[in-house]
Formats: sequence, C-alpha cells, structure tokens
Amino acid sequence: MEPILSRHFDRPEARTLEGYRAAGGYEAFRKALALGPAGIAAEVKKANLRGLGGAGFPTGTKWGFIPQKRTGPVYLVVNADEGEPGTFKDRYILERDPHALIEGMLIAAYAIDCQTSFVYIRGEYVRPWRVFSEAAAEAEAAGLLGPDILGSGFGHRIIVHRGAGAYICGEETGLISSLEGYKGWPKVKPPFPAIRGAFGQPTVVNNVETLATLPHIVARGGEWFAGLGTKTQGGTRLYSVSGHVVRPGVYEAPVSITLRELIERAGGVPPGRRLKAVVPGGASAPLLRADEIDVSMDVDGLRAAGTMAGSAGVIVMDDTTCIPEALHVVARFYAHESCGQCTPCRECTGWIYRITGRILAGKGVPADPDTILDVARRGAGSTICAFYDGAIGPYISYVEKFRAEFDHHIRHGACDVRPNGGPARAAGH
Amino acid sequence: MPKLTIDGREIEVPPGTNLIEAARQLGIEIPHYCYHPGLPIAGACRLCMVDIERTPRPTIACNTVAADGMAVETRTPRVLELRRSVMEWHLINHPLDCPVCDQAGECWLQIYYMQHGLYEPRMIDDKVHKPKAVPIGRHVMLDAERCILCSRCVRFCDTITRTGELGIFNRGDHSELGVFPGTTLDNPYSGNVVDICPVGALTDRDFRFQARVWYLDRAKSICPGCARGCNIEVHTNQKRTHHAQGRRVVRLKPRFNAAVNRWWMCDEGRYGFGDLDAPTRLERPELGLDGARGAATWDAAAARLAERLRAAGPEGTAVLLSPALPNEDLWLARRLFADALGVRRLDHRVPPREPGSADDLLRVADKAPNRRGAELLGLEVAGAADGWPILEAARAGAVRLLWVVGHDVLDSGWPADLVAEALGRVDCLVYQGTNANGTSARAHCVLPSAAYVEREGTFTNVDGRVQRFWRAVLPRGEARADWEIFAAVARALGHDWRPRRAEQLFRELAEGVPAFAGLSYAGLGDQGAPVAGAVAEAAR
Repeated sequence: MEPILSRHFDRPEARTLEGYRAAGGYEAFRKALALGPAGIAAEVKKANLRGLGGAGFPTGTKWGFIPQKRTGPVYLVVNADEGEPGTFKDRYILERDPHALIEGMLIAAYAIDCQTSFVYIRGEYVRPWRVFSEAAAEAEAAGLLGPDILGSGFGHRIIVHRGAGAYICGEETGLISSLEGYKGWPKVKPPFPAIRGAFGQPTVVNNVETLATLPHIVARGGEWFAGLGTKTQGGTRLYSVSGHVVRPGVYEAPVSITLRELIERAGGVPPGRRLKAVVPGGASAPLLRADEIDVSMDVDGLRAAGTMAGSAGVIVMDDTTCIPEALHVVARFYAHESCGQCTPCRECTGWIYRITGRILAGKGVPADPDTILDVARRGAGSTICAFYDGAIGPYISYVEKFRAEFDHHIRHGACDVRPNGGPARAAGH
Repeated sequence: MPKLTIDGREIEVPPGTNLIEAARQLGIEIPHYCYHPGLPIAGACRLCMVDIERTPRPTIACNTVAADGMAVETRTPRVLELRRSVMEWHLINHPLDCPVCDQAGECWLQIYYMQHGLYEPRMIDDKVHKPKAVPIGRHVMLDAERCILCSRCVRFCDTITRTGELGIFNRGDHSELGVFPGTTLDNPYSGNVVDICPVGALTDRDFRFQARVWYLDRAKSICPGCARGCNIEVHTNQKRTHHAQGRRVVRLKPRFNAAVNRWWMCDEGRYGFGDLDAPTRLERPELGLDGARGAATWDAAAARLAERLRAAGPEGTAVLLSPALPNEDLWLARRLFADALGVRRLDHRVPPREPGSADDLLRVADKAPNRRGAELLGLEVAGAADGWPILEAARAGAVRLLWVVGHDVLDSGWPADLVAEALGRVDCLVYQGTNANGTSARAHCVLPSAAYVEREGTFTNVDGRVQRFWRAVLPRGEARADWEIFAAVARALGHDWRPRRAEQLFRELAEGVPAFAGLSYAGLGDQGAPVAGAVAEAAR
C-alpha cells in the first residue's frame, strides 16, 4: 500500500518547509485556492472523510453547520490534545509532518472563511509543540501564513495553545472552555460550537489527522480518497497499535482493514502467547474478544460489531492479562480524568473505580459485577458530554465479556490468570 | 407564543421560556438542583430530565426552550428511573449527617430523596472526604462534603455580584467548592449563597445551630435597612424560646419580588436585625418631667404629654419624625401635629453621620425604608435642606417641647455639640422609638415603639412602590405601634380617634394624599403597588 498520511514519517527532511515543498508540499493549497470554498467542501464530501479524532462525524457536514449569515469571525480549532489512552498518531503528524497539518489547516480555513485558527496541543507533547511551532514560524516567514497568502487575498494566522494535562480538554467544548481561559469543563449543548463556539463565535473543531488528509483529498480528488475505504468512509487512517504485539507502533492502513490483519501487521502477540482481547479504538471503545477480530476497522464496521473506531488506538491484550485488573486501570483513568462538572460521571467513575479496586484487593462481593453493569447502563446518555459514555464502553464490555474472571476474583479473593502477580500489580497503580 | 403540552396539558408560554418554568406554570414541579431562574444555565445536576416527543433519550428541562408543538412528559417510567439514579449518585458521597446538619428540614437532598429517590442504598465503599466547617467568609460556613457541586453559588458570585470569589477546584469526585486562594467570600451579598445552596454545604454562620427550621414561624415583611424595600421573610423562633439565646427573630430571608429585589437581599439588611431583641429595647413608657425618670403607664404618659403639648402651643412645639415610620403612622402624625395641633416645625430629615453604602444591585445610600412616603406626605420644614431649622430654633430657645421619633440626633451628621446645646434648652424632650440611644438617654419622656416585625403597615420604597409588611411577633414589653401612640396622645387631647387597624389608616391616607389615591391596603397584596406617578418616573 502506498503510504499517504505517513509518507513523510521516515523522511526527516520533509519536516522543513524546503523539504516539504520539494515533495510537492503546499501545491494542494494552491489548488484549493483555485477550487474555491465550495469546491473544497464538495471534494471533502465526495471523499467520505469522517472525523479521525474519535466521533467519526462526516467532516464536510460539520463544516456545513457554520451559519451563512454571521457578523463576527469564524474560528478553526485544531484538536491536538490527543489524550485517548492507546492513541499516539497525531503526535507523529505534529512531529514528523508538521507542514501537512499546516497545509490542511489552510485548506480548511479557506473553505470555512476563517482567518484565525487555534491549535490546542496536549501539554505533555513538548516536542510536537516545538516542532509544530517551528514549522508554523517557517511558514509565516515564507508568506504561507499572514495576510494575503500567495497573492490570493486570503489571510490566515495560527495561534498555538498548550494544554495543561487534562483528558477532558480533548472533548471539543471542554477544549474550547480551556482555550478561552476557563476550567476545561465541557459546555452544555445547545448551542453547538458551529453556532457559538470559541469566544462566542462559530467554530469548527477538527482533529489533527483529519486536517492532514485534506492536502491529499484536494490534490488527488475526493473520489480517489473515497475509493481507498469503504462505502461510508473514505481513505486510510493511522492506527496506533500497542500492548501485547511484537512491533507496536503507528500503522497506516485503509479503513477497510480487519482487526486481525492489523494485529498481524504489528507482528501479532509475542510467541507462546494467545490473543485474549483487543480494544479497537482507544480506551473508550468496548472490548472485543479474540474471536471477534474479523471485523472491518471503519467507523460503521466497528459500530456494527458493538464497539467503535474511536481514535483508532488498538490495544492488544494476550492471555497474561487479568481483565479485572485491566478494567481497574481503565476505571482509574476515568475517575481521575472526569471533569466533575455533572453528577453521573463525577460520582459513578469514582464509584466504579472503588469497586474494581475492592475486587482486586480480594474484598469483592457477589453483587459487584451487576452493580458495575447497572450503574454504567443507567448513566448512558445522561451527561453533558460523551466522556461518561466513553467510560461506559469498557465498564460494560469488560464485565460482560469476562464475567467469569470477575466472579473468580470475588469468590477466591485472588486472580486465576496471574495467581501471584495480579493483585500486587494492581496495588502499584 | 409557543404552545406546547406537558403531561398532556396544553400551555402557552412566552418565547424563551424553559421547560422547568413552563411546567411550573401548570403546577408541575420538575425536580432540579443546579437550575435557578436568576442564574445562567449550568446543566450539571442532571436531575431535571424529561422526555420530549421524537427525542431518543431524556433531555434536561433547564436547557430546553419551549417550542411550538412540543410534547413533554415529566413522569415516564424511564424519567422516574433516571431521577432515582441521579438521586443515588448525588448521595453516594454525601455524608448523610442530617442529624447534625443545620440544613435538615429545608434540604433538597432530603426532600427529593423522599419524592424521587427511595432506592435501596448499595454503596458499600468509602466515601470521598473533603474539608468540613470551613469559614469561607464572615457570614458563610462551608462543608465541602455535603456540597453537590451544583455551582449555583459560583454562578451567583460570577454573574450577580461579579466578585468571583468562589470556584470548583480539582476534578472528578474530588471536585471541591472553595474560595480562590487569598480571597474570602466577603462581598456585600454573600448571604444569598446560603439561600440558593440547595443542601447543607453553605450554612449561615449567624443562624446555624440556633434553631431547627421546623420550629420556625414565618411572616412576610419588608427589609427596613434602606430605601430599596427588599421583600423579605422574617423567621421567628417562638416554639423553642430557650433556643437562640432567647432571640425571637432568628433570621431574615429574601422573598421574591420581580419589581424590587428578585431573589436577593444584601448582607447589611439580612444581618441588621440585632436591635429587635437587643437589651437596648425600650419596653415601657418612662416619664421624668418632675425629677428622676421612672416607669409610667401609657395613660399617664399620654395625659402628661397632652398637658405639655397644650402648654407649649403650636409655636413652641417641634417634631422630628422618622422616615422609618410606616405610611400609616406618618399619616396619623401629620393629622395630630400639623392638622390638629397646628405645629409647623415638623420634619423627617436628619442627615446620617456617614453616607450610607450603595451599589447598582440593591443597596440605596438612604437607609430609611419610608423616605419616599415621608416626602409624599409633605412632612418638611418649607425651604430647608433638612430638619436643622428645628434644632436651630431649639438652640434659640423658641422650642419648649421637642418630640423626636427614632433618630439619635446626637449621633448624626449634625454637629453633636450644637445638638446637645439645643436639647439642653427644651423643657420637654420626648423620645419615641424602639431602642435606647443618646437622645433617648436625655429625654424627659420615653415612648417605646413596636418594631416593624411586631406590627403591620406599609413602606413606600425608593421607586415609589408601596409595600405591606406583616406582624411576625408580638410587641416587646409594653411597646406599641407608633400610630397607637399618636392616637393615645390625640385622645388625651380630647380627640375621639380610635383607629383599630393599619388598614383603616391606609384608607384615610389613600383618600387624603393624592399620590396614594386609588390604592387599597388589601390590593397591595404581597408584591406591592406603585404610587401615582411612580411608573412614569421609573420610565424616565
């Protein structure tokens, strides 16, 4: 397969403006200027581009929500807060192909009539922030940012903002609150960001990878991009594969690849081990058992399998994994990262974390698995943002699909997968 | 106007009305914690879920604006089940310390648990611990464990006082209400956060542990703290008299009035009720015209005063009325002193020693609750800026009887030495009021007045709104309403005045003073009504 998004990942020279241009960089933006905003939007719609941050929302449709009648500016906000556990593909783009993001941003900004964009970079991403900022400075010095770019009359500036270490600031309205200088609390909707977003203005929030695909879509056409994927989702995407595989890393593949093929590309589970379970789309995606991996990795394929494509963070677990312990780790994450604004998420993430901790400590009671399932199910769809719905994915799927392991822990006070290692490792968390 | 149905009943509401308010108009209560009609929407508690036709899952009512043709159901099985769950989640980390919580009895966790919770508790894990009994300001105590993080108090300080002292710190179930480092909750309206706190997280340092709320009696009233006339409720402790150090009035709470104070009141007004049960209260008439001052009966006091008034004559008599007297009392004072006795030295204006506090929210610099009423009754020395000509006349020896109502003229904006000189030259200084002060100490005759909570009447506020207040407790000692005192003196002077109720005096006032024409005591209701011309003036 021809690498598209990852084509520059092993070419350090492409990180400079000169190198990026030598490989044809910024020609797509030139073409976009000729296409005009409506032409770009049409190509993006034809491309079947689905947002690659997690929700999988059609990008062209999202742009279309920006009101035609407006008085103030429109903002583009780039979500570079990549915080979904098991996901590290945006980091590759920021670090290894920063100009692809800038070019994508210019195309998007031109399409939605936006003169100022914000790049919200995860606080821990120091090197990506530095590399990207240098690239932006280079682009500005070369007149690719600023007023009247390439004599088009279109001007654009980029403001880079660093996060401060909160997962919830990757939720688009939490991100906007944080960007505005407030605590990173998601906003109650309506109004949606397209109507009232950053600083009260119509705002499009797009993921890094989503934007980085735009130069390719513009250069080679929406139909070409659509043809790479499935009927409802075009293109390739970057899969972050981690956990119990021989070669963890970022793999670019068409969205129609199956989970089994992807794991095989990463070298499969280590020799002598058996696959036990896989999280296909970042920590919030429901778990799949080893017998459920013959599934297409596109948004709709994974949805049909009862899980989600999410951020394409594939976490592989082999037969040395204690699922109650894995759930405890995930539950700790959600309890720690819940913003605390609305009641179901604030209270239940902590409650479930305490239950899983008690189970691992050998003090589980028989009702615990059902309590987890009941609490999780009751809270579905009851919160301000999708954070808690994301947490519910693992709560329910880990317990439902590996119920016996939970019951064993509760009955015997010890782990049957790693009789000597389980609880001790959990205690270290 | 959008027309919608709620639980099958049709209602039309003004555009922009949310579903909680629309339902309220039908008498349907949608339970909620974070929503408050005076504050921006937070959507955080998730208790106000309702089902809306063609909406896949329950939706919060507070952030949903009523739309034409909307069909809302507030009691579907899944809504009731979700409410039960949300109640469970609100309570899993709550300390359940109702027996020692001051909020018990008026706590919305208790009320809603009984109405919408009633689940079997299943939380067996340790609760999250947070700071308790933290004094976050002069008036407010915080118990962060009881807090349900509805953010009403935060939004109040952000949007109403715009002082922003409060914040919610940390994340998840460690989220915690607190003051920002280096600040305290000391804005002039801090007590309101206690009112709007639906639980026992913010309690009133003045009121806490004084009395259980179910022993309290309530009366509607008007704050006498300034000319704004905020609508209040007076809460009294009369069933457990050994509680609250014997104080009868234990707290004041704001009462909603859209035209005056909405939901709020200032701290000055809220905590300004200390004089009501203070040791300085004057409880019986005293006479000291013939040597040492001693207790007297009302009849004896009225008879001696009638005698002295006759002797002094209209030229030798001067009266400093109080702009804190209700309209009815000022009306009778005018009839007695101006009409019957012909006194011309009559005024209500004594400058304060220091200018009163004021802001653009509620507080008015003029601390007199009925200044406007006194002005409308024309109780002023013609051509003077304040009542000083009366004191000047007294200094010149022209006043034999000086009747002071409510004021401490020795502690005013007037030079104390000149005032003392003036008081020294009158033969008979009468002090009529609720509490002892420097002026009462020098009086030859002291007449104890009933305080505003001990009687009924009306005040006219700074905008010309006439508002009723009701009696909360009986007068202390032998104190009487001021109008009763004036009537008693009038009878001693030979007039057959027997007003029985404030309402009767108000009727006379409405007939006698053009500004009050058309108003009726009953018609004022509990929200008041403007005097003639007040509306036009407010519009200007």
